[in-house]
Amino acid sequence: MLERKYMLGNEAVAYGLVEGGVEKAYGYPGTPSSEIMEKLIKLSKQYKFYVEWSVNEKVALENGIGSSWGGKKVAVVMKHVGLNVAADPFMTLSYTGIKGGFVLVVADDPYSHSSQNEQDSRRYASFARIPCLDPSSPQEAKEMASYAFELSEKFKIPVMLRLTTRISHAKSDVKIEDKRSKNSLSKFEKNSSRWVVIPANTRQLVVKLNEKQDSIKEELERSPWNKLELSSSKIGVIASGVSYLYAKEAIDSLNLPVSLLKIGTYPPPRGLVSKLLTHTDKVLVVEELDPVLEEFSAMCAKETNPGVSILGKFTHHTPKSGEFCVDTVKKALSKILGKPFKEINVLSNVKKLLPPRPPVLCPGCPHRATFYAMRKVFGKEAIYPSDIGCYTLGIHMGTVDTCVCMGASITISSGLYKSGDDRDIVCSIGDSTFLHTGIPGLINAVYNKSNIVVVILDNGTTAMTGHQPHPGTGITAQGEKTYKVSFEQIVRGCGVNWVKTINPYDLTESIEIFKRAKKISGVRVIIAKGLCALLERKLSGRRKQFEVTDTCIGCKKCIEFGCPAIIWDGEKAVINEQCLGCGVCAQICPTNSIKIKG
Amino acid sequence: MKFDLIIVGVGGQGTILASNVIGISAVKEGIPIKAAETHGMAQRGGSVENHVRIGCKYGPLIPKGSADALLGFEPAEAVKHSHFLSRDGVAIINTEKIIPLSTTSKGFKYPDIDYLISEFKRVFKNVITLNAAGLAREAGSIMTVNTVMLGVLTRYLPIKERIIVETITELVPKKLVEVNLRAFEAGRNVVAA
Ligand SMILES: Cc1ncc(C[n+]2csc(CCOP(=O)(O)OP(=O)(O)O)c2C)c(N)n1
Ligand code: SF4
Ligand code: SF4
Repeated sequence: MLERKYMLGNEAVAYGLVEGGVEKAYGYPGTPSSEIMEKLIKLSKQYKFYVEWSVNEKVALENGIGSSWGGKKVAVVMKHVGLNVAADPFMTLSYTGIKGGFVLVVADDPYSHSSQNEQDSRRYASFARIPCLDPSSPQEAKEMASYAFELSEKFKIPVMLRLTTRISHAKSDVKIEDKRSKNSLSKFEKNSSRWVVIPANTRQLVVKLNEKQDSIKEELERSPWNKLELSSSKIGVIASGVSYLYAKEAIDSLNLPVSLLKIGTYPPPRGLVSKLLTHTDKVLVVEELDPVLEEFSAMCAKETNPGVSILGKFTHHTPKSGEFCVDTVKKALSKILGKPFKEINVLSNVKKLLPPRPPVLCPGCPHRATFYAMRKVFGKEAIYPSDIGCYTLGIHMGTVDTCVCMGASITISSGLYKSGDDRDIVCSIGDSTFLHTGIPGLINAVYNKSNIVVVILDNGTTAMTGHQPHPGTGITAQGEKTYKVSFEQIVRGCGVNWVKTINPYDLTESIEIFKRAKKISGVRVIIAKGLCALLERKLSGRRKQFEVTDTCIGCKKCIEFGCPAIIWDGEKAVINEQCLGCGVCAQICPTNSIKIKG
Repeated sequence: MKFDLIIVGVGGQGTILASNVIGISAVKEGIPIKAAETHGMAQRGGSVENHVRIGCKYGPLIPKGSADALLGFEPAEAVKHSHFLSRDGVAIINTEKIIPLSTTSKGFKYPDIDYLISEFKRVFKNVITLNAAGLAREAGSIMTVNTVMLGVLTRYLPIKERIIVETITELVPKKLVEVNLRAFEAGRNVVAA
């Protein structure tokens, strides 16, 4: 049965994976990829397959390897930087190859909408010498997700489905089918020459991997995801991913008779690229992130038509960073044609007056309360390394001095201490992040005699990416009850003797504990345990809101706390409808003027 | 037929529900649709920008200067994203401001609303302003600002009002249907038929 449904690109990918026959799905949340797993979880009941939130991406990928070698069709899902964490098994998996179809879904984030960098996963695919599919729309993403299993099993190699934010978080009408590929593979069979990469074996495996490349290229050359529309013009455009649709719209709206080559597979189709190059004398390459196709085209041009100019990032026709849109292509084409391009600029003088609106911690967020107490005790002088999660928004409170990648808070703190700094070093790390990659750093800190305070912000969820459960919540991805790990036990197991748990909403208690931590040295851990306010509202309903009463003297102490529900009306503070009733501002107010409403 | 709509506001205002209602309604009408949503970090009270392209076969992002309508859930955000709107497009702007923290902590000022709107009107001919937050409260819940806005927009959309109402009814929680329909009606009545 064919059905047309309005859905996110990520949901379309989930449907594609189901059609392709996925039996085991592993992932770790990360924008813009998270909704793929969320949708798989929903579909898993109907189609009876297994989905798990793994502890981190390396763990997810390795679990996937086990299931694939055990004969199951596997999907492993993550955001681009997740592949850095999983890079170790990833780089060797192409050597050993797979048994059950193995689809690695990786979502890139041009312009770093919600990421620490904008690395290009196509590079990783070529680094590992595996095929990569690059869809231009949610519909195509769905079809590629399903086809990827076939391709993977045919060449016994993992296949990357590479998405970008404007595919993952695009929505469109997508045709889906209620069908599912079958699996007839056997269980795990012992075969040490394949599954054990001791040097003697791996030297053979790399040869085999290289030998596969030509047949993979041949298969992809013929794939329907690459399409060449030739015209009589001497100008051509090569575009990949969502940029193909930007290019198409730009070409149509400028009404240009240029040739257009759509690329959907990597390694790119050499035959089609060469054909376009021999037909043209100028070719514009349109691709976000790295100049992968541009370099490839330049290489092909050397052989087929050295006279053709390849235009793109190297020639400053398109930007080297950030995300593209239709105007990016229009501008580049205008430049090639020597025509003027008028940037649209409206109300620019008024825009300059607008106050910036960066994201902030929610009203009632436990992290804000913890940071407040931390800063109150350790002051402006202390160094506050932090990590990645909602709490990175503590940057507005002066309690986030560093952030690099997940898990880099405890380790950078220890390194700063070893650099000889005698200021207090107080780092913060979220619960999900601590379990992801924080633990080795804590063991290292104890082992190597660091002198830092570590604050684990246990809000009972992976909040930033959409409230996914983790091992500290006692619930699995598919909603089953499971063992709930104890942060205190883990911390003690790492060798930390001084561990305290605080309730962030009780300021007096928190401040007292931070003061005690300040007095001693060594590795000290404080676990701030307070449920994410959004999650709490969802689970237990709205709490009573607070209000500012007449006795307010306008001292602005509550305003300094930085809750977005408290605003300054010019003379006194006012609490608006956004209040989630955490009551922390009431503890800060020196005149006791903030009270529960009604 | 093509109708490009840009919906802008602040994370948490329910802009995604608004674009969902339109998207699902378009699919019911058999019209192809592409949209782009802001997820992730910005949803924590940052600027959000949703593109909805009805009758579109291209990518999800609206080219600058070509949107047929701008739905501004917040006045400063409407100005910030005005470069998407075509000179002939319609702007529907909620006049109730949401003051960002940068005004209290970093010393920025929120410009006068009347000034913002008058500047907007100097560039765009077709501008509808309303206190959507006030209408939402009257309807029974501040959470229905998005439905009020949809009510106004329905006058301009190439989608039947009946379908929009039906979709709203399907998408909001059962016990909130009545409030939302009241909010929708209030929005719809802002512009004379
Ligand atoms: C390697 C890697 N994987 C995933 C992400 C996406 N990501 C950003 S923050 C975060 C988790 C945050 O959870 P937690 O530490 O519990 O903090 P919270 O947001 O709940 O405050 C994730 C998964 C990332 N940035 N890097
Ligand atoms: S989602 Fe939860 S953890 Fe994140 S800022 Fe909001 S209240 Fe805090
Ligand atoms: S009680 Fe105070 S600090 Fe807590 S959410 Fe309400 S206004 Fe914000």
